[in-house]
Amino acid sequence: MSLRDRSCISGIGETVYARGLTSSAFELQIEASLKAVADAGLKPSQIDGVIPIGIVSGTADDFIDNFGITDLRFSALVPHGGASPVMALQAAAAAIAGGVCRHVLIAFGRNVTASTSKAGARIHNMPQFHYVTEFEHPLGSSAPAQIYAPMARRHMELYGTKVEHFGEVAVACRAHAMLNGNAIMKKPITLEDHRNSRMIADPFRLLDCSLESDGGAAVIVSAPECAADAPHRRVFIAGVAAGHPDSPGAITQRADMTSLGIGKAAPRAFAMAGVTPADIDVAEIYDCFTYAVIRQIEDMGFCKKGEGGPFVAGGRLKLGGALPTNTHGGLLSQAHVWGLNHIVELTRQLRGDGGAAQVAGAELGVVTGYGDLGDGALAIMRKE
Amino acid sequence: MDQTDQTIARPVPPPSALSKPYWEGAAAGRLLIQRCTNCGKLRHYPRLLCDSCHSTAVAWIQASGRGAIHSWTVAHHAYHPSFASELPYTLVTVDLEEGVRALGRWRGETPAIGQKVAGRFEVRADSIDLVFTPCSA
Repeated sequence: MSLRDRSCISGIGETVYARGLTSSAFELQIEASLKAVADAGLKPSQIDGVIPIGIVSGTADDFIDNFGITDLRFSALVPHGGASPVMALQAAAAAIAGGVCRHVLIAFGRNVTASTSKAGARIHNMPQFHYVTEFEHPLGSSAPAQIYAPMARRHMELYGTKVEHFGEVAVACRAHAMLNGNAIMKKPITLEDHRNSRMIADPFRLLDCSLESDGGAAVIVSAPECAADAPHRRVFIAGVAAGHPDSPGAITQRADMTSLGIGKAAPRAFAMAGVTPADIDVAEIYDCFTYAVIRQIEDMGFCKKGEGGPFVAGGRLKLGGALPTNTHGGLLSQAHVWGLNHIVELTRQLRGDGGAAQVAGAELGVVTGYGDLGDGALAIMRKE
Repeated sequence: MDQTDQTIARPVPPPSALSKPYWEGAAAGRLLIQRCTNCGKLRHYPRLLCDSCHSTAVAWIQASGRGAIHSWTVAHHAYHPSFASELPYTLVTVDLEEGVRALGRWRGETPAIGQKVAGRFEVRADSIDLVFTPCSA
């Protein structure tokens, strides 16, 4: 038995994305969840599975209490940072295919403005970062930008990847954010702006780094036969897989520090869906850093390892390019809600509701997650 | 810089039972790594099990501190206020000649991948830093 086409996205919801919101993380998570439930044509009490994302907002019990769910049949936690939402699609698809439940809510909310800890401090509360916390944070390798920078440096050295290639990713995401009314970044940027932005952790400049933002996002994964009469066209999960890099707790100790978990997962997901990268019309790729997009494009097989830089050059990630990517603006220019916004956006694209950023004729797309120190996941989704 | 505050100590967690020998070695100027006494495999950072033979039996051996740069970065932004007064600073990931890696601070000109280095510990009031310098040998 495969998970191919055994589940679908029936509902999506997002709050306003901004910096400085006054709502709590839980309030944002609930607001997005209620929107997703309504979008699916359901009542909150019909949710019978829940996967809360992250450690800062509501628990499964909170959803039972607030939604009046009388028989929650499935819940799970996925502790892999930004890979968690797409890994949660896998968990939901498996639970639904196994007949455990019918409608799984995957929901996230965050308010970093209200939080006392920004990115550099937040990760050290997470147990999966304990090696970094003990052996690297005291030396000043504290935040993802600093921890990932050596991977990017080595990729540049081994394969000739250039600053301009990183810039291409930033510029494409920003161009798409310009088309999105719910994107935080409002001003266009050029490759020159990228190169001139201040250095954060060499080779990462400010415009290589994703946003710190407030907001909530949610999706509902349903059994296809239970969503046939839903208000929107169903978007099927055709293939989904997760993978973890070697030495997942310390990039320093990883034999090939340019390797990622998605490299193990991608062949499984494409085989499950019965398609190849050449069949993909639109991609929503987890963009914590520009470099991470280039590396995931390679690991998914859109090009060979080391060729990701030239692959993205010349605006090929923009609408109309070879692989339209992050059509909502991504974590780099829309908002950082751990990539749940990427799942929402791919669903919109495959419903044909992409608005000004709609990829014409989009029938098949891929969404990726990237978490912690290189955990990865991807889902290949198709239009009904 | 709104983050500058030299009175703030570095973020140094207490050692765990697993890592205590490493930090005791560091305080004495010795770079210690685990060696499985069942199969002989070296491992770092400290782990409960040997991932090859799954034995918990371990001895701590002293690494030379010599190696070659695997990668590097220069930090220009402080994510913890204790580092603000040190910007910019360079971090190097080093392939130790024993076959495991270590992260350390760098003292020298812009580093290069493959460059030969030597490491030693520097004891500060608030932390013990592994510091690498260029090495001609």
